[in-house]
Amino acid sequence: MSLLSVRDLTVKFAMRDQTVTALNGISFDLAKGERLGIVGESGAGKSITGFSLMNLLSRPGYIDSGQILFEGEDVVQMNDKRLRNLRGNRMAMIFQDPMVTLNPVLTIGQQMIETLMAHRKLSREEARQIAIVKLREVYIPSPEERLEQYPHELSGGMRQRIIIAIALLLDPQLIIADEPTTALDVTIQADIMELMLELCQSNQVGLILITHDLGVVSQMTERTLVMYAGRIIEAGRTREIINDPQHPYTQGLINALPQQTVPGQRLKQIPGNMPGLASIPPGCAFNPRCKYATDLCRARVPEIVQYSEVAVACHEVQRLHSDEDRQEARA
Amino acid sequence: MFAYLAKRVIQAIAVMFVISLIAFAIQGNLGDPLRELVGQSVSEEVRQQLRDELGLNDSFVTQYLRFAGNALQGDLGTSYFFKEPALDVILKKLPATLELVFGATLIIIGFSVPLGVYTAIKPDSILSRIIMGLSIVGISIPVFLTAILMIFVFSVEYGWFPSYGRGDTVHVWGYWQTNFATADGWMHIILPSIALASIMLPLFVRLIRAEMMEVLQSEYVKYAKAKGINPWRIYFVHALKNTLLPVITVGGVQIGTMVAYTILTETVFQWPGMGFMFLEAVNRVDTPLIVAYLIVVGFIFVVTNTIVDLIYGLVNPTVNIARMGA
Amino acid sequence: MSIETLSPKPEPSRWSKAWNSNMGYSFRRNPVAVVSMIVFLLIAAASFLAPVIAPYDPYDPGSIDIMNSEYPPVWIDGALPEFMLGTDDQGRDLWSTILYGTRLSLLIGICAVALQAFLGISIGLLAGYVGGRLDSLLMRLADIQLSFSTLMVAIIFLAVTQAMFGSDTFNQYAVIFLIAVIGVAEWPQYARTVRATVLAEKKKEYVDSARVLGFGPMRIMVRHILPNSLSPIFVISTVQVANAIISEASLSFLGLGMPPSQPSLGSLISSGFDYIFSGSWWITAIPGVVLVVLVLVINLLGDWMRDVLNPKLYKG
Repeated sequence: MSLLSVRDLTVKFAMRDQTVTALNGISFDLAKGERLGIVGESGAGKSITGFSLMNLLSRPGYIDSGQILFEGEDVVQMNDKRLRNLRGNRMAMIFQDPMVTLNPVLTIGQQMIETLMAHRKLSREEARQIAIVKLREVYIPSPEERLEQYPHELSGGMRQRIIIAIALLLDPQLIIADEPTTALDVTIQADIMELMLELCQSNQVGLILITHDLGVVSQMTERTLVMYAGRIIEAGRTREIINDPQHPYTQGLINALPQQTVPGQRLKQIPGNMPGLASIPPGCAFNPRCKYATDLCRARVPEIVQYSEVAVACHEVQRLHSDEDRQEARA
Repeated sequence: MFAYLAKRVIQAIAVMFVISLIAFAIQGNLGDPLRELVGQSVSEEVRQQLRDELGLNDSFVTQYLRFAGNALQGDLGTSYFFKEPALDVILKKLPATLELVFGATLIIIGFSVPLGVYTAIKPDSILSRIIMGLSIVGISIPVFLTAILMIFVFSVEYGWFPSYGRGDTVHVWGYWQTNFATADGWMHIILPSIALASIMLPLFVRLIRAEMMEVLQSEYVKYAKAKGINPWRIYFVHALKNTLLPVITVGGVQIGTMVAYTILTETVFQWPGMGFMFLEAVNRVDTPLIVAYLIVVGFIFVVTNTIVDLIYGLVNPTVNIARMGA
Repeated sequence: MSIETLSPKPEPSRWSKAWNSNMGYSFRRNPVAVVSMIVFLLIAAASFLAPVIAPYDPYDPGSIDIMNSEYPPVWIDGALPEFMLGTDDQGRDLWSTILYGTRLSLLIGICAVALQAFLGISIGLLAGYVGGRLDSLLMRLADIQLSFSTLMVAIIFLAVTQAMFGSDTFNQYAVIFLIAVIGVAEWPQYARTVRATVLAEKKKEYVDSARVLGFGPMRIMVRHILPNSLSPIFVISTVQVANAIISEASLSFLGLGMPPSQPSLGSLISSGFDYIFSGSWWITAIPGVVLVVLVLVINLLGDWMRDVLNPKLYKG
């Protein structure tokens, strides 16, 4: 049985004069201990997916329909008490910006101990000991002193380590990490990622890594979802998606990576911008930016179907491939 | 801690210096001390001689230094009207005003925090809408009008509460007579306290609500939810503590306004405090008393503001106050 | 046709954008705002047309007869039909006196706020644009000024002025004193907000490009930066007018503002206060209601405006 099974998840935002669909029928599974990457531009719905999994959307967003089965129980249907028991305990989250994630007026110790005591019957001293152990696990020097400190006394990288330690406090089954290194210095990004990978592997914790960085996904995850305008457009094993992307959008993303460009040449960016949620074009949302778009693409939303090694939502995927074959043959 | 405290104290001394300068300038320009002493039927020669004796012909700096020196020793001159040291006159009136402010502060803190938090947590509930509607009416009614309205309704029409004065007070210590020891004292202080609190209470309800709503949108509150923390702990530990920081700042700013409102409230209720006394002193052109009031009020203001700053430092960990040298 | 096409600004100002998209629409949909606006306009129009509407001239001693004092409003027994809202303690027609008094209250409130805005915006632009030492000095001054309550400063200033000049001279110039003291005391509100906007806008490209094009600092500030501060200025101004009217009323109530011979709403309430124990409640109550309604509708409009424009206001 898979750890997490999302079925037809639809999330909407009730704005003042209209309701927009932010997630449109998302489905995916995650096995125990599996690491999954969710990739896409900002606004594609990655973070909303992450927050939905914990049923943590704040107004005006809400889950319109669908199921999120976590260890067989539907998160969408849980009452507040069950949700509290889930959050931070069985499923933990790492936020994007460590500078604003920790409460500025509470000490690190208070913020760790309250998490433990919210879920386990522990004395304050027992909770403190667990916190110290977890801080050691994320390589924080002199953890006893850190517990007495306030967030503003620590660097961004240090804070993110502490947030990772808090995520691990209760040995959850799944950690959702929403762009965990975007706000950090480039020099410590790799350290943090390495730490997360190491901890997930050694503790058999499932990981959903939300990022826009394909390079990070290829190092960290076994499977990848590519999102565009609130839908999954390509899903499969990370290696296949990186090496042989099927959807024109994924291809564009990979071609735009600096590694794919000869030095001195311009980066090959995908022309145009992702549409806003309120103005998604009919048919395939990517069609205005796609050089292969046909009348069918402009009229009907493509189903996600298995093609080659991956699942892909594109009407033209077969033609695209024969084109490529032909080009290769010509070369 | 020491550096923080020292900075506040230096600031306080600077403000007191400016206030004393203003007070001195007022003293020099308001009324004629000679006329108060000897009347008008004295020859010009005697006048000049008296001026010399009183030091009125000395240089500005000498006169100011004498004034400041006397003030530091608690000598703020003698009231023309009461024929008593001005400071004594004020200190006798001070407890009445402080008890009034104490009552109003209790009302403000006791109601604004729960109401502000409630309206922030449940912004769409009917009760919240009623509270917010009343609060905007509340900030639109001047203090003196609330006071008059309460006298009219509760004293004149229904006769439930007395309309003026302090009633029975009990002597506590020194000049301190308290209202809180007798039922009659309580009856007398209730209406003035409510009136004094009337415009600030809705102000603080709205302020706490606005700040709290902003804090509830913050990442760290979202994060606390993601950790599965109990909502009450989120509201009253995570959110309220952050909400209080700007509220404390505004509270410090409002102390001066509170003093101004005591003048209004005391006037309406003929409450025998400093504010009422000040207006009488103005009408009688009792310069030493006006000057003494200014200095005493300035002193209270500076002390309370310094205390507020210290409280802020204690609540806000980014102000390093509790940790020495760290 | 939109405003943007008419005036080629480097960036459409927040104000004109807000007006076109949101402001009018939200106003029409908000009954509280509409009613408040109507009531405010009615009060403003009636008070500024006071010389035309009012049946008596309360400033003309010839039209006042002390024998007419303390007649109740017409819906109470013992009223005289010619005095619709009754008369005050001096025998003046209350309706006329209220019209004139409201005019004074509004005039003082609006002029005082205009003065605040002028001082505050100038200082804020200067501090934000020049920056450096001058900026920190001015903002320090603003902090100090704010920590002294306006009402307290006004009470002491007016009390001393009155004691110094005597009541007669003071009464003659009371309007000017009130405007000056309320107007000077509250400039930091504007200065801080404008400064914050200037600092934010200064970083944006269009200000750089205007500077590169050789426009002087004056022109850049007035033409380019100021329009972007308009929505917070509007929100502050409404609240400030309400506060200024309350301050004026409070000062007049204490006898430190408008004299009874030329009463504003505050002094009218004050003179009526002595009579509520003898049953002549209307001298206090009716002007009191007018004052509260006036301040309330301005506050409601301010609240609505804050919701719609949602400006970044400087928090103290």
